[in-house]
Amino acid sequence: MANTAVADASVRPAYGSMSRDRRWALRWSYFFLVLFAIFFLMPPIYMLITSLKTSQEISAAGNPWWIYNPTLANYAELLTQNHYLIFFRNSAVVSVCVVAVTMLISVIAAFALARMKFWGSATLATGVFMTYLIPETLLFIPLFKMFAWVNDTFGIQLMNHWWTLIILYPTLTVPFCTWIMIGYFASIPKELDEAALIDGATWTQTLTKIFIPVALPGIIAATIFAFTVSWAQFLYPLAFTTSTTELVLPVGIITTLIKGDVFNWGQIMTGALLGAAPPLIIYAFLMDYYIAGLTAGATKG
Amino acid sequence: MADIAAPSSIATMGDRRSSLHKLMQRKSTIAFLMALPLILLILILVAYPAGYAVYLATLNKGMTRFVGFGNFEFLFGRDTFWLVVYQSCLFAITAVIFKAIIGFVVAHFVHNIPSKGQRKWRGMLLVPWVIPPAMSTLAWLWLFDPSYSAINYLLAPLGIDRIPWTGEAGWARFSVILVNVWIGAPFFMIMYLAALKSVPDQLYEAAAIDGATWWQRIWYVTLPMMRNIIAITALFSLIVTFANFDIVRVLTAGGPLNSTHIFGTWAFRVGIEGGDIPLGASVSLFMVPILAVAAAFILRDITKRGSEV
Repeated sequence: MANTAVADASVRPAYGSMSRDRRWALRWSYFFLVLFAIFFLMPPIYMLITSLKTSQEISAAGNPWWIYNPTLANYAELLTQNHYLIFFRNSAVVSVCVVAVTMLISVIAAFALARMKFWGSATLATGVFMTYLIPETLLFIPLFKMFAWVNDTFGIQLMNHWWTLIILYPTLTVPFCTWIMIGYFASIPKELDEAALIDGATWTQTLTKIFIPVALPGIIAATIFAFTVSWAQFLYPLAFTTSTTELVLPVGIITTLIKGDVFNWGQIMTGALLGAAPPLIIYAFLMDYYIAGLTAGATKG
Repeated sequence: MADIAAPSSIATMGDRRSSLHKLMQRKSTIAFLMALPLILLILILVAYPAGYAVYLATLNKGMTRFVGFGNFEFLFGRDTFWLVVYQSCLFAITAVIFKAIIGFVVAHFVHNIPSKGQRKWRGMLLVPWVIPPAMSTLAWLWLFDPSYSAINYLLAPLGIDRIPWTGEAGWARFSVILVNVWIGAPFFMIMYLAALKSVPDQLYEAAAIDGATWWQRIWYVTLPMMRNIIAITALFSLIVTFANFDIVRVLTAGGPLNSTHIFGTWAFRVGIEGGDIPLGASVSLFMVPILAVAAAFILRDITKRGSEV
């Protein structure tokens, strides 16, 4: 199937040259894949290169793509620095809590929407999907004002606390996770839960003993999605947190490592690379689930 | 089949509590209660703020007085606003087109090579999508650095003079689009790759027997078969790119001279940093029409597919 074969493939008599055409198509494919891989991997590789340099070397006029004196000083400095560890901890706590809350809400709701129809459940399923399409750039200003109102009325200060993010992030993760889970649950044959009900299982048992184990790949995919979204979220923490003890990684790196016009690029790149590490590690080990989650949104349903 | 779940409540106890009890045992009630956290979350943290934004947009800066369409009139009279409209549309449309093309081409190349190596390549090529955008944009910012740009270093031997990547309006816009494409193209690649795998081989064989050239095969077999996926991926991406915040904020923060501001970043600048919440809300509300159109198309596709099943 050499559909991207070079143009002369069609000019040449097709007879007998098939394998040669295919070989050329393959070579071209590899050639272009290497080019694209260079383009796609250039920034992360350059992050790594910069993170291993001293500041003198970064500001020297030499080849920026080569490390003359590799050093781990940036890593050591960053990991002994209090701020960065706090950002990392905040990010980790927020992401883990958001994943837990998200999965709890969305798995149960998806089960109800996929199997136990109630008045308006079909509309709600569509509505859930629509919510996924409402971007956070539309919501952060009214939320900002709502938080001020909560503070005035109940005396609860939601602003400038990292745990506020645990309330906010589910708006980004729950709709999509519910949507994925509805798709996975709907694909489970009805006979399975009917058999369970006949055997006297309650709805809770049907959910925990049948649906969750059978739809486990979907649950893993949704979990990964929820984690990566909450780890990467940038606008909400930027708008709602300011003190250095309350920041999460993406905002923390940008606001504390950039001091005025002084860019400490070695540390910024180290911080960004370490900050990108958790999603990358999860992706490296669970790539198939990650991709299943990505494609589920559009191919299922 | 469903009411087997509640066999115990059949007992007729007669008092008021049992009717409540029965209601609680009814399948639809249980289902509603199970979906309740989701409903509350959507109502309180998504639907209400969305409506509240409309209300906020009609207030004056101090949020003390109703000004009707005053904020919108003010925006229409400002050049920056039209610049933001132009840039938002420009970035979204250009970036989505390039993402779609690059994604399509790369998906084809990956699909072409033996399936043994596909996993490895796919894994490598999806990395830009996995890194949090704020972090990878920082790497681009450093690659674009005015004095130490590593890209300019590579371009210098080709005789290309220093490019002011983020310093000049035209180049800054180009950089924003480039980073958008870099982050988004892998997503298209993955979607297209999944779609390519679902095109039956027989169609290509039939096309080959009919003497179709490679581009005829793409035009008459691959593209029609993938039309749905292409449309829905592009719409998704259009929404995400249009409502983007991270990339512009980190890369240029809207500069130079507002020439890269988009709705999200400008609303942040005006509403949060400038302290004019109603005006910021008005700015972000201008995203709604375009989002609504894209969402309507996606919804149509989903309900269509839902009825096919």
